[in-house]
Amino acid sequence: MARLDLVGLTKRFGTLAAVHDLTLEVREGELMCLLGPSGCGKTTTLRMIGGFETPDAGDIRIDGRSVTALPPERRPTAMVFQRYNLWPHMTVEGNVAFGLRVRRLQRARIEAKVRDALAMVGLRDVGGKYPHQLSGGQQQRVAVARALVLEPQLLLLDEPFSNLDARLRVRMREEVKQLQRSVGITTVFVTHDQEEALTIADRIAIMREGLLEQVDTPQRLYDHPRTLFVADFIGTMNVLPARADRREGALAVGPWRLPLSGAAWPEGAEASVAVRPEDLVIDPAGAAARVRRVVNLGHYLQVLAEVPGAGEVRLFTDKQRTVAEGAEIGVRIVRALVFGAGEPVEIVPPAGRSAPAAAGGDAR
Amino acid sequence: MSTVLWPWAAGALRRAVGAAALAALAAFILGPLLTLLLWAFAGTWLFPSLWPEFSLRWWAFVLGNADVGKAIRMSFLSAPTATLISAVVCVPAAYAFARLEFPGRRALLLSFLSANAFPKIGLYVSIATLLYRLNLMDTFVGVVLIQLVNTLLFMIWIPTGTFRGINRNLEEAARDAGAGPLRTFFQITLPIALPGIIVAALFAFIAAFDEAQGTLIVGTPNHMTMPVLMYSLVLGYPQPVGAVFSILLSLPSLVLLLLAQRYLRAGYLAAGYSL
Repeated sequence: MARLDLVGLTKRFGTLAAVHDLTLEVREGELMCLLGPSGCGKTTTLRMIGGFETPDAGDIRIDGRSVTALPPERRPTAMVFQRYNLWPHMTVEGNVAFGLRVRRLQRARIEAKVRDALAMVGLRDVGGKYPHQLSGGQQQRVAVARALVLEPQLLLLDEPFSNLDARLRVRMREEVKQLQRSVGITTVFVTHDQEEALTIADRIAIMREGLLEQVDTPQRLYDHPRTLFVADFIGTMNVLPARADRREGALAVGPWRLPLSGAAWPEGAEASVAVRPEDLVIDPAGAAARVRRVVNLGHYLQVLAEVPGAGEVRLFTDKQRTVAEGAEIGVRIVRALVFGAGEPVEIVPPAGRSAPAAAGGDAR
Repeated sequence: MSTVLWPWAAGALRRAVGAAALAALAAFILGPLLTLLLWAFAGTWLFPSLWPEFSLRWWAFVLGNADVGKAIRMSFLSAPTATLISAVVCVPAAYAFARLEFPGRRALLLSFLSANAFPKIGLYVSIATLLYRLNLMDTFVGVVLIQLVNTLLFMIWIPTGTFRGINRNLEEAARDAGAGPLRTFFQITLPIALPGIIVAALFAFIAAFDEAQGTLIVGTPNHMTMPVLMYSLVLGYPQPVGAVFSILLSLPSLVLLLLAQRYLRAGYLAAGYSL
């Protein structure tokens, strides 16, 4: 188990800063996901950790020891690449044993370790095969075995499953998570797939244009995004324009009025309000909306509704309720995040009050 | 619309046309070779006889000729030497062309074409002038040097394309597993590139083996290779001698090309000729 510290890491390609002043701590045994849209610098960061890119500034420390100046072969890291992982001229055993041979282990020990590593990824019988004789999923498993057999202090995974089909991808990430837990190895996992990150990671570092937006647990990222980008990037989110109305002492979001807490809101200040689909409920006392489309997603319905003054919103509802396309419904905000000038503010309007005054009354 | 029955679309006819075309092509390619074979085993073949009188005596004559033996030895020493030297020099250079960005990379890579872009005789004459000053005329070293001119193109371009076709991840994975740059090159990159390099070496060998112009200028009178000797044999002896020698000369190329087929994959050559 090891701990990884990235301190003020910067990498420029030409004039473009791929990674800018990135500081991140990965704790012992933790699975940290670097998540972001393509071009956000996540892969560059991983490659700097592995030693394949040299940072222009900053330091990489493993257990407090700087490895920034070391070439890849002298770092206690092991990487699993997205594609072209296995050496085509070697058998599976040859691939897994390569690093051990480099370390000049005894033949018997190499054989035992290779056997264990292949068993660990559930591939006992393919040792004598060549990579091209394996399926994509098997190849990636061998790549994981090849990385883990060296008992690295740090496992680096660069979108390792993005070339696999959807079902296999889901299965592989479960397997890797299990494996990572049982071995207890500190892991950095790069992905652009937020679902993958949310299901696998202990903590997620969200990157955007070379900058770190937020580092948090999946739950906290979902519930308490610190920037509008994170709010929008993680899960599904309704982002609505809002304006402060001091006379009413409320934030006007289309027809809704959200109570303004003590924060300093100048009159007319603009903000964005982010509301999760599950934080919008159908309530006759809420703001009037017209149902545009209903999508049956199995155990729940996704409703697209047009709210005058706020635009289209997306909300989830259970299947007990029958919602017809074209019907008039009332929609109430249960919880909203307001992104204004400073820190985001969470607002939980008292039930029934978020609706226009006219609709008033107690709605449960 | 009514169905039009195209006569050549009918199965039997189409097959017949195809077979005829194939036969014509075969005759065009194999015809001269057959004539060559006939001549090689002809004792005499004079007008008006349609069929030669079969004999092996010209084979005995050619193989018994001391000059021929010497030329065969010379060819089989100089061509492999030139191939080996060009491999040792060019493969690392090809790796650099494929992997490193350095100023003048494109221009340098193109410069290897330049030797093939102009009539070679001028180049050979100027090289000969140089070799004369260096006292390398009519020496083995001189012959190898002149043959190298023809091998360089193949040994640079094809391996450059091959190396470029190898994904960097494969090398990075080896570095990651603890191998240094040298071990990575010799145990990962080189074995993966080997088919391409073998193909390049075969072409280089054939280019060196078939070289006649330059060798004639540099190697005469005592360092004659088989193609050079061919000139004097064709000019100075009856026709069957030339035919016998042609067959001897084409055997190595034939054997090597058959071997190369195993390694020739569509991508290698195409990949070689890209910048």
